[in-house]
Amino acid sequence: MTALAATARQARYVIAENPVTGFAFVLFMLIVLSAVFGPHIVPYDPLMSDTAEALQPPSAHHWFGTDQLGRDVFSRVIVATRLDFFIAVASVALVFLMGGLAGVAAGFFGGWTDRIVGRIADTIMAFPLFVLAMGIVAALGNTVQNIVLATAIVNFPLYARIARAEANIRRDAGFVEAARLSGNPDWRILTFQILPNVFPILVVQMSLTMGYAILNAAGLSFIGLGVRPPTPEWGIMVAEGSAFMVSGEWWNAFFPGAALMVAVFCFNLLGDGLRDMVDPRRRT
Amino acid sequence: MVLKRAAMAIPSLIGVVIVTFLLTRALPGDPAAYFAGPAATPKAIEEVRVKLGLDKPLIAQFGHYVVDLAHGNLGTSLTTGQSVVTELRTRLPASAELTLLGLLVSIVIAVPLGILAATRPNSLVDHACRVIATAGVSLPVFFTGLILVYVFYYLLGWAPAPLGRLDVFYSAPPQVTGFYLIDSLLARDGGTFMAALKQLILPALTLGIFSLAPIARMTRASMLAVLSSDFVRTARASGLSAYTVIITYAFHNAMLPVITTLGMVFSFLLGANVLVEKVFAWPGIGSYAVEALLASDFAPVQGFVLTMAVMYVMLNLMIDVLYGLIDPRVRLDA
Repeated sequence: MTALAATARQARYVIAENPVTGFAFVLFMLIVLSAVFGPHIVPYDPLMSDTAEALQPPSAHHWFGTDQLGRDVFSRVIVATRLDFFIAVASVALVFLMGGLAGVAAGFFGGWTDRIVGRIADTIMAFPLFVLAMGIVAALGNTVQNIVLATAIVNFPLYARIARAEANIRRDAGFVEAARLSGNPDWRILTFQILPNVFPILVVQMSLTMGYAILNAAGLSFIGLGVRPPTPEWGIMVAEGSAFMVSGEWWNAFFPGAALMVAVFCFNLLGDGLRDMVDPRRRT
Repeated sequence: MVLKRAAMAIPSLIGVVIVTFLLTRALPGDPAAYFAGPAATPKAIEEVRVKLGLDKPLIAQFGHYVVDLAHGNLGTSLTTGQSVVTELRTRLPASAELTLLGLLVSIVIAVPLGILAATRPNSLVDHACRVIATAGVSLPVFFTGLILVYVFYYLLGWAPAPLGRLDVFYSAPPQVTGFYLIDSLLARDGGTFMAALKQLILPALTLGIFSLAPIARMTRASMLAVLSSDFVRTARASGLSAYTVIITYAFHNAMLPVITTLGMVFSFLLGANVLVEKVFAWPGIGSYAVEALLASDFAPVQGFVLTMAVMYVMLNLMIDVLYGLIDPRVRLDA
């Protein structure tokens, strides 16, 4: 309880010190709210087309204008938040599990485990990451689940390396030795001594990679992978709107792209703020 | 020493080949039915299976794949019927020209920005550098490209339509390097040079903005570190001009860490290249792979992933060797 109170105090201090983090937090809450309540609060059905109203510029009725089928861009951008947010959260959670566990095991056990995890990470790092993600989605099949999986896989080396380094420096620490001498088996030491110490560092990494994950997923759907056309999703909306950019109907691609940019910006700022909280020495 | 570092690239290359091989074998459904096409009879599918060696065990298939690779055979595209290697070879210069120019743009902007920010900490330039670096990584690269098209093509009319490497009124210069800028200069054709440059500026700028952040950030950080070191203080105390101290002494030493970040920058650039090629209808290997992907034509995608990965491994090798040559203190095998 006291630890929680101390964290809360520190969080308040960091936000007071750095209003940008507070601002990012407000943005983050807005994104979460649109992700949860989006479909219920938008003024129009995101899939309803109305050809009489096609390609209207932003107005009081349609804040972000309408697309080539007369669908309300504002409603589509808000509704899309849920899918984009889900892809980012799911892929980051997945890589947190895969990379975190593999890295901790590699750092703790060393030897062959370390060599195998290291080799897998090196092989993934040998590819330009977006290109590898493209290849994985192309091979496993063109679905949203595979976008999540591909985004997780390309982030694997980052998580595995951090978790490995953190587990490795704690392997021979005093409290681990003490736990070992009092007869704890390896799995108990891993679960109760090592993991709780590595956890906060990986959580910071999660919020730092959220931005990259959402960019990666939107990039994949921009080139036509994963999400299918009528579904509202930021990347595919920018792709559909891109044809109208050269003829001046900018709102079609601009608003979903701007939403994407704001989301990534918010995740990056929030990640920096969280890092300041967890690891004050690495403050920039 | 260089040879030792080159030998270290071999496991990476082996890993790359294994992964690209496994990617095809992970294709959903029966690959033989897939390669035989939708209208094939069961007998035709069996023939394809035997022809592709898919009836053999996985290890034998892998051997087959490696032998094909050694002969420079990456298979044939189902949609165009062309061999993948030929297609990649004709399209590679377009991608390379774009990527290298994008890198040049980002270095030309980011390095001076980082130096200015480091020499005047907490000034306007420093804050601008930080904002640009953060915004650069937050901007989706395809979005930047579209905004540039809207502003410079639609609103201002300065840039040509975002449709490929050359306006239809010009013909491609005689091929020497495959880079239109260099080839047109070799052919002493100023008109074509300007036309090619005009088409290149926007996509290269898009790539430059995207990859600018890590370079600017690293230049600033390493300049700050070098500027506070003893030899810079000595140089200043000896009465050397600010220019000599910053450029000759500090800058040369500060560039080393920046060179190491180039590896990461290339990972960004090669990935972003695919998206930029789609936005600007650039006839490079990225748009070739995207077209093939949408047509479920896997051989070109596999060839593309392999080519990109091999190039990336080679670029990292070059960066490390370069680093060792510039700074002899660095041991490459460390």
